[in-house]
Amino acid sequence: MRSNKLLALALGGLLVAAAACGGSSNGSSNNNGNGKTGGTLVFGTSADPVSMDGAYVSDGESLRVVDQIFETLVTTKAGGTDPEPKLAESYTPSADGKVWTFKLRKNVKFHDGTPFNAAAVCFNFDRWYNFKGIQQSPSVSYYWSTVFGGFKNTTNADVPKTSLYASCQASDDSTAVVNLTSPSASFIPGLAVPAFSIASPDALTKYNADKVSGTGDSPKFDGTFGTQHPVGTGPFKLESFTPGDKLVLARNDDYWGSKAKLDKVIFKPIAKGTDRRQALESGDIQGYDFVDPADVDALKSGFKVMQRPAFNVGYVGFNQKMAPLNNLKIRQAIAHALNRDALVKAKYPPGAQVAKEFMPPQLFGYAADVTDYDYNVDTAKQLIKDSGVAAKDLTLTFWYPTDVSRPYMPDPKANWEAFKSDLEAVGFKIIAKSAPWRPDYNQKVNNGAAQMYLLGWTGDFGDPDNFVGTFFRTSQPAWGFNNPEIFSALEGARTESDLGKRTSDYQAANKLIMDFLPGVPYVHTQPSLAFNKNVNGYVPSPVSLESFATVTVG
Amino acid sequence: MLKFVVRRLLLLVPILVGLSILVFAWVRALPGGPEAALLGERATPERIAAVRHEYGLDKPVYQQYVTYVGHVVTGDFGQSIKTTRPVLGDIKVKFPATIELALAALIFALVLGIPLGFIAARRYQTWADSSTIVGSLLGISIPVFFLAYLLKYVFAVKLHWLPSTGRLDPTIDIPHPTGFYVLDAIIAGDWHTFVDALRHLILPGIALGTIPLAIVTRITRAAVLEVSNEDYVRTAEAKGLRRRTVDERHILRNAMLPVATVVGLQTGLLLSGAVLTEIVFAWPGMGSWLYDATFNRDFPVLEGGILFLAVVFVMVNLLVDVSYGVLDPRIRLQGK
Repeated sequence: MRSNKLLALALGGLLVAAAACGGSSNGSSNNNGNGKTGGTLVFGTSADPVSMDGAYVSDGESLRVVDQIFETLVTTKAGGTDPEPKLAESYTPSADGKVWTFKLRKNVKFHDGTPFNAAAVCFNFDRWYNFKGIQQSPSVSYYWSTVFGGFKNTTNADVPKTSLYASCQASDDSTAVVNLTSPSASFIPGLAVPAFSIASPDALTKYNADKVSGTGDSPKFDGTFGTQHPVGTGPFKLESFTPGDKLVLARNDDYWGSKAKLDKVIFKPIAKGTDRRQALESGDIQGYDFVDPADVDALKSGFKVMQRPAFNVGYVGFNQKMAPLNNLKIRQAIAHALNRDALVKAKYPPGAQVAKEFMPPQLFGYAADVTDYDYNVDTAKQLIKDSGVAAKDLTLTFWYPTDVSRPYMPDPKANWEAFKSDLEAVGFKIIAKSAPWRPDYNQKVNNGAAQMYLLGWTGDFGDPDNFVGTFFRTSQPAWGFNNPEIFSALEGARTESDLGKRTSDYQAANKLIMDFLPGVPYVHTQPSLAFNKNVNGYVPSPVSLESFATVTVG
Repeated sequence: MLKFVVRRLLLLVPILVGLSILVFAWVRALPGGPEAALLGERATPERIAAVRHEYGLDKPVYQQYVTYVGHVVTGDFGQSIKTTRPVLGDIKVKFPATIELALAALIFALVLGIPLGFIAARRYQTWADSSTIVGSLLGISIPVFFLAYLLKYVFAVKLHWLPSTGRLDPTIDIPHPTGFYVLDAIIAGDWHTFVDALRHLILPGIALGTIPLAIVTRITRAAVLEVSNEDYVRTAEAKGLRRRTVDERHILRNAMLPVATVVGLQTGLLLSGAVLTEIVFAWPGMGSWLYDATFNRDFPVLEGGILFLAVVFVMVNLLVDVSYGVLDPRIRLQGK
């Protein structure tokens, strides 16, 4: 008898515990009745921010947070890549394009109560320009060196010596004048990146934002500005940040524009896509970023799946150092042999489109009339015959990464297998090579060890140089070619200040590139986010500049 | 007794030296280094070389080891290459999370395992006994990873009964003086948080506790069976003691010694199982921390974290050995 009682006691204990678990809170309490304002949104992210000091970050998770707390002079239109005024009401260039006058929004205050004005703007620009030592490392101030080049006293070897930035004057409280050393077309679109957020000069000083130690590639931010006290003008302010656990933003009730609808936004880092999906399904979170492409269809039935306009490219890369890829006819034969339409239809979620060049169609400079390599087995075979390469030399070592899923490459092996049989069908012999994405694969490809490989790229901001420029403006071991014509076309387009001319320069460059065929671009995809059905007002952006101020729950 | 403890503590030194060499060698035998995780997809060979130089990875391995030992001896575990946070600081946060999970698993195993094993033994060769044996066989054979995913899928994702990730609802804010969230909630006197922390513990606790549960059940059953046949139990029964007194005082207490031994030996199992459980439930403890560090080739985290866990493991085993002496005077006497 007694033994039964013992068991009952044990089970009873468990039941009490389970019963106590009855009432689940869904995280969206405090709703103000109509369900349109107030409440809390718990959003699953892939990682913690590195820092909330925009000047020091270039990763998406940091920029996401910075973009809620801070604001830039210029932003991008919600859901697009075109610039529009934000903290600046207007901006006008001088005739020579070297002097930009920003008329600033009035009656704007930082979260610490200090006024936003022209002096604060110039303080920020001068701060960035005067970065020293580790601050100059491209891992730390990536966007400054990308948009402006060098610093006042450039000591870092990886950064250009000269700077686009010359000086900044506060001609009155609400007028800031920025002087450039040369005209630049990417100055205004570049300023929309949250890295150029205007921060409270008081807070920057008080919380030692410039105190950085460690190493260039693994900086340690000794000040607390970027970790505990980020002070901007944005619709949200930081409430708390517990690395590895959560980051809590609260509505800024003194915001100058339309105030955020939510009381709070909580960013919860959950590293793996499947875990984020299950956290959404079990009600732990109400939305998350980077939905695995394979989950999109399954989530659509019970949740709201949103897609960002395509801003990436997946491609097959050729290393021309390794024969027979130095033979243009062989490269063309490969392009004709790959059945890109079939692959994109079969293996990609809705919204993916076949790529014709190395940048997405939404971006200016995209050329509609580049050489198109349609899927044609006969043409491919003929080109191989014409190439003069002997049948025994038609062997290609084709690389793919393992342990990775990228928006442009959800299942690398599946892509590889499809392309492998396409290539074998026209007479190539394929040797398989694979390596884990991190760290081996990237290293091998970038060092020029791979003959033919699967890779891709997601853009940082709305400028063609961020796509074709990163690939082909200079000679790179991964591509293994030296084509001065393409290099100079891209360098010319990069420094051109007239947008119309720049557009046609990039179109011309894209045609050159696709004639030269350094690789075969095959897909642009639309990365996805998922939300509970009662979450509204989120606007996906191609460059991931998405405000939570317009979001409602319930 | 003191001599025994001191001797065991001295033995720690060669164990730790050996371990540190093993960990050091293992971490460096991993393909690739931290530079790839740091520099991302488009690192130039020059940048990679520069990073390797910055971290002294271009020096001979024995030199790196000497530098490393020099730091560790002074209590400096370095800082994470990826997050730049001090390794020791992270251990202070992650370790309580793992211990809380391991304790939950252990409590689950003991609270359920001892009664189950006892019942099985008292109902020797009945259906209750056989089903306990079959159940514990199943429990031992099921991989932690699989069970964790199964529990998460059924009870969190499909039924929405329990949370699927983390230690606490993110909307809850309480101070964490101890790092043990259940305890923190009690200190804060917050019933809602206490319940929420418990709810987060249930699924990972069961996933991690199932193998220990199966083992505890089997050991209890065997021990109770053995003790039940002892003369003193027969005597106790013969002189008309109440069933309850016989069970509690004469059988259970004497059957607990092998159970205590097994519980001590479970430490390693709990720690290794915690890694898998933590990954599945995104539990922010030592396991998921080291798992991420492996992918990032975060050498300081791996070296510091694994060494720390190894020390804990060795210390717990020492404690278990010492506790035998306390539990059983016969062992204490042998030690003299």
